[in-house]
Amino acid sequence: MAARPRKSAANSSGAKTAKSAPESSAHEIVKTLEHFDAPKPAKFAKDEDVRAYRDMLLIRRFEEKAGQLYGMGFIGGFCHLYIGQEAVVVGMQMAMKEGDEVVTGYRDHGHMLATGMEARGVMAELTGRRSGYSKGKGGSMHMFSKEKKFFGGHGIVGAQVPIGTGLAFSNKYNGADAIAITYFGDGAANQGQVYESFNMASLWKLPVVYVIENNRYAMGTSVSRASAETNFSHRGVSFKIPGFQVDGMDVRAVKAAGDLAAEHCRSGDGPIILEMMTYRYRGHSMSDPAKYRSRDEVQKMRSESDPIEQVKKRLVGDHGMSEDDVKAIDKEVRDVVADAADFAQNDPEPDVSELWTDVYAEDIPQAAE
Amino acid sequence: MPTEILMPALSPTMEEGTLAKWVKKVGDSVAPGDVIAEIETDKATMEVEAVDEGTLGKILIDEGSEGVKVNTPIALLLEEGEDESALQNGAAGAAKSSKPDESGKTEEKPEPAEKPAASSVEDMSARRVPAEGKTHPDPDDVEGELAQEIPEGTEMVSTTVREALRDAMAEEMRRDEKVFVMGEEVAEYQGAYKITQGLLDEFGARRVVDTPITEHGFAGLGVGAAFGGLKPIVEFMTFNFAMQAIDQVINSAAKTLYMAGGQMGCPIVFRGPNGAAARVAAQHSQDYAAWYSHVPGLKVVQPYTASDFKGLLKSAIRDPNPVIFLENEILYGHSFEIPKLDDWTVPIGKARIHRKGKDVTIVSFGIGMTYAVKAAEELAKDGIDAEVIDLRTIRPMDLDTVIRSVKKTNRCVTVEEGFPQSSVGAHIASEIMVRAFDYLDAPVLKVAGKDVPMPYAANLEKLALPSVKEVIDAVKAVTYSD
Repeated sequence: MAARPRKSAANSSGAKTAKSAPESSAHEIVKTLEHFDAPKPAKFAKDEDVRAYRDMLLIRRFEEKAGQLYGMGFIGGFCHLYIGQEAVVVGMQMAMKEGDEVVTGYRDHGHMLATGMEARGVMAELTGRRSGYSKGKGGSMHMFSKEKKFFGGHGIVGAQVPIGTGLAFSNKYNGADAIAITYFGDGAANQGQVYESFNMASLWKLPVVYVIENNRYAMGTSVSRASAETNFSHRGVSFKIPGFQVDGMDVRAVKAAGDLAAEHCRSGDGPIILEMMTYRYRGHSMSDPAKYRSRDEVQKMRSESDPIEQVKKRLVGDHGMSEDDVKAIDKEVRDVVADAADFAQNDPEPDVSELWTDVYAEDIPQAAE
Repeated sequence: MPTEILMPALSPTMEEGTLAKWVKKVGDSVAPGDVIAEIETDKATMEVEAVDEGTLGKILIDEGSEGVKVNTPIALLLEEGEDESALQNGAAGAAKSSKPDESGKTEEKPEPAEKPAASSVEDMSARRVPAEGKTHPDPDDVEGELAQEIPEGTEMVSTTVREALRDAMAEEMRRDEKVFVMGEEVAEYQGAYKITQGLLDEFGARRVVDTPITEHGFAGLGVGAAFGGLKPIVEFMTFNFAMQAIDQVINSAAKTLYMAGGQMGCPIVFRGPNGAAARVAAQHSQDYAAWYSHVPGLKVVQPYTASDFKGLLKSAIRDPNPVIFLENEILYGHSFEIPKLDDWTVPIGKARIHRKGKDVTIVSFGIGMTYAVKAAEELAKDGIDAEVIDLRTIRPMDLDTVIRSVKKTNRCVTVEEGFPQSSVGAHIASEIMVRAFDYLDAPVLKVAGKDVPMPYAANLEKLALPSVKEVIDAVKAVTYSD
């Protein structure tokens, strides 16, 4: 369990009291907020590392397979792969409780798998087949699972941020203990509705965790070319929303940050921002050759910071698992993905009558007495 | 010469109000910016500030007076050096007039040299009240189909559209804990147009939520709340501002059910005034009926009578789909008979035959009905018996009722305030061509707003909107009369 930074006396008023540093700099102001330093990475027991390994590997293998199926023409349209960023969503999921909600943008396959949505259903949606989560009508960017509390899957950059804020609003309205994890990227972080949401979330103390997945590139534009303030964890300063940067390649660091954020939200302190320092290995979408960065940069991240390799080392080193035990997990994951891919290629396309269904909900529920 | 202080208008649509209180007394000296009186309408209270310096010479309208027409002289202000003897001249009609502006303040009006002041005021006053008297014809009593929807013997109560909307929301909020209303000024201010008046008192701040001015943000937040199981009513101060939020309305609210394969949708009502009010120019006057009606997944409602406003808003709140509920500032103050029933609802997607007729079908909706109804009355005098259909819902559109009527009358004119290209009327004309081609004795004609941004000048604004005469001319054209 992460140590929770001491509450600053100045937090509630938003003004500095004890410290003598000048107040003009955002970096100083942010220190008046309760949280501004990432907690130490969580210590994982063996079973936690096994879970992290399996869940991250499932996303990695699933995405590799999706890339392959895209190349073979089974998946059409846009397909944004999550490879490299797996620790973010898996670490956050490990910090969440039953009933917590998730909403994200279009790079969403990893989030769906992490919330427990079936690999078959996600892959069949990617191939546009009838057993996909949206009956083949949503595709890569638009999938939902009410059961798993996954609220999309949104194709418009930044649109999910007010939606996640609204989910948090409904939790507060209902007096529910649940929190809404709202993911968006460094690109979306420059959209206007993000700040409109920050304002309301802080004003009304809504239980929402804003997870900014900073993978360094908004499509082909690096953060420094697009953002005046490149420290996204400080983007909440004007709204008195605390935030900090997290090593998004280390699932234990993400889990610790997630624990702290969840506790902050559940205790009624309002929203919090976690900036996950992460990296996507693949292009923005399948059609992106990623000429805007060097091969060396990608290779360096892969060889030195890979989130899955980090856990694998611990499994063998710290937890004393044999290579065979690890390989057994690999095989289990590969089988799930192979089964999903096979299913998704053989599942029929939606019936043509589905063109006209689900435009309107027909039954008008009678409200409670 | 004493300066006349005139009854100011609080809003472009105000025609009259109550002079609630005199803050200054006769003999008090007045400096520019001093509050001299308070006036009230059903929407708001406002202070009248002096523009000129002087002494309050005479009060012409006592405090407590109701129904004081805009631009009525309410007091005379003596300039420095003038005494009461000057009031004699003022009373004789030679007073210099001081024109009120829209914020309730008064200001000096440049006086045309060749025209006497009084007639200039009269002229202004005529130009200043286009809303219900001039630009828009008076509404008529509701008859026809409405009567058929109401059980016989039901007591009818005269109610304004404003009250009908408030009552609809209050009834649904009592009925369902998940219903809440949010928007700018909906709670403590009691609504920018007083539609949410009293709701905060009854339901509290949890369910009547004042938002910052942040349309894009709160529209999206409302969508998220609907995903989370609530039934939000999102008020836009006007639908012109909803353009800031249109991505969340269309991409997030309207398309989700389909994109989710029917798994989850977005039960939400976006409501607020839409279309032209009076003299608010291009950025505050657009009619969005055709825009939203373009989008599958949305329902679009634009009623005309208070009874339909109430019954359809209640249905909209219960509907599991996102509903765009288009109101009209000018109609807010109009009174209609509403059935006194515990649970009066009107189904979405059904048109109402407002007036039965045999010679021509006039199809309209919302404020457009005011032109249609008036034109039908005028045409009756010329022996042309028009059937007037109030669509009430633009999407899904009750084309069956329209087609049935056109097959009977063989002629159709559509009336709306929105722009003509890709308009609601254009869609109706195309459907009639497909479904009733052989029944037509004349081309379908559209009466719509002109294909220009809404101008500010009173005369140009009047020209930009449809008129009763245009409807009459169109009907005469399709009936080959005159």
